[in-house]
Amino acid sequence: MPDRILPWASVVGVLALFDVLPRIGLLPRDHFPPISESLGTLGEQLGEASFWEAVGNTLQGWALGLGIAAALAIPIGIVIGSSGLLYRAMRGLIEFLRPIPSVALIPLAILIYGTGLQSKVFLAAFASFWQLLVATLYGVQDVDPVASDTARSFGFSRVQRLFRVTLPSAVPYIATGLRIASAVSLILTVTAELVIGSAGLGRSINVARSGGNEELMYALIISTGVLGVLLNGIFVRAERRVLHWHPSQRPGEVGA
Amino acid sequence: MRRSRRRLLATGLELAVPILVLVVWGLASAGSDTYYFPPLTEILSTFADTWLFERVGSDVVPSLVRMGLGFGIAVVVAISAGLLLGLSRRSRRAAAPIVEFLRAIPPPALLPFAILVIGVGDSMKVFIIAFVCVWPILLNTIDGVTGVDPTLRETTRVYGIDGRDRLLRVMLPAASPQIFAGMRTSLSLALILMVISEMVASTNGIGYFVLQSQRTFAIPEMWSGILLLGILGYTLNGAFVLIERRVLRWHRGARASALG
Repeated sequence: MPDRILPWASVVGVLALFDVLPRIGLLPRDHFPPISESLGTLGEQLGEASFWEAVGNTLQGWALGLGIAAALAIPIGIVIGSSGLLYRAMRGLIEFLRPIPSVALIPLAILIYGTGLQSKVFLAAFASFWQLLVATLYGVQDVDPVASDTARSFGFSRVQRLFRVTLPSAVPYIATGLRIASAVSLILTVTAELVIGSAGLGRSINVARSGGNEELMYALIISTGVLGVLLNGIFVRAERRVLHWHPSQRPGEVGA
Repeated sequence: MRRSRRRLLATGLELAVPILVLVVWGLASAGSDTYYFPPLTEILSTFADTWLFERVGSDVVPSLVRMGLGFGIAVVVAISAGLLLGLSRRSRRAAAPIVEFLRAIPPPALLPFAILVIGVGDSMKVFIIAFVCVWPILLNTIDGVTGVDPTLRETTRVYGIDGRDRLLRVMLPAASPQIFAGMRTSLSLALILMVISEMVASTNGIGYFVLQSQRTFAIPEMWSGILLLGILGYTLNGAFVLIERRVLRWHRGARASALG
């Protein structure tokens, strides 16, 4: 089999497997409806306003969470990262706060923000914040000291050095951080919808399950996967565009 | 002299800032009569009453067992699959779209699926934790194996080392720094999924306790649970870093000597 069609062959194979196994009774049909039926339901859903509303709600939580996290984490990361003393002072605190699982704050979010959009955004922003902060810190500290010293001896001011030397070399790190934070933000948004019951795909999946509509449940799970792939793809593409000058994006080298 | 004083100041600050934050939290909340933000002292005394050690057997141990099992299964499955996929370019190509898709599904979206198929018991939680933890380890193992130094690869071939020895004595150790990086990501995922799965469907566990406390408006209990989860996250991460350092000591040594 030629290499090029291998990925397609395996996709078709897996789909066929999950279509045939339930039909011949090897997988319990009430738990695993044939995949073609779920995909059919997904097709029908694409024409439903309620589906797009759920997608919109999820995307809204994702975008606001990621946006707030970026607006806070990147500037804070740059400020902390550019000063050795400040970095050391904050390091212990960051290392302590970062591993706290963001989902532990779900009850607190419900108390303070209720069960709507705000809770969702708070959780998504909190979780993405740490990803981005750490990425920015790494980036700022990875500045080539020779470049930095050269700029200094040429009389660049602190602000000029920030924009001409520090930021450009931190951008690849921030871009990777953004891509990971985007995935984290989506995860927390769906979690909030599922656990708290804010409107969106997560809640719809749960409703479909408790309503005994398996085809719809699978259709919605597949659509969250598609959403994840699409968002990731957008970030990979944007990274390639913005960072076309950076070695990590050149063909033939191991990219991030 | 100035340098060492500066370093002393930095270390001092690193220790002082977290303590300062705690003190400020304690002072600011001291006379607090806001219902949702009880005084820190009250949270701490509730913490001692609840978690030392009354609920350890009923909630903490079940939680940790689920998490440990799920994580352990993921490690075994992901490293074996990763080694196999890493060695064969064609199987890697064939698996790529499926891995990419499954990995992109936000893990909590799979919870209803797991509840439907497995039920609400412990095995559902172990399954969902394992399922989610597999991907970072799998991808890192594949990266680690495909990134093995070509010289090492060819030396292995020239010396006729193949089969089991090649896999376990050359590929696995060479890929282990990457595998550990993946395991660390997965460990924090395991904790998160443990909490979520217990919040959605459970009758015990730390996640269940925290959400239940909020629902019954036992606010200090809720805070004590959040605090416990924070401490757990921090401790697990710290313990993992220690183990990683121990296991990969040879790697650091080898790199340091190569760099001169």
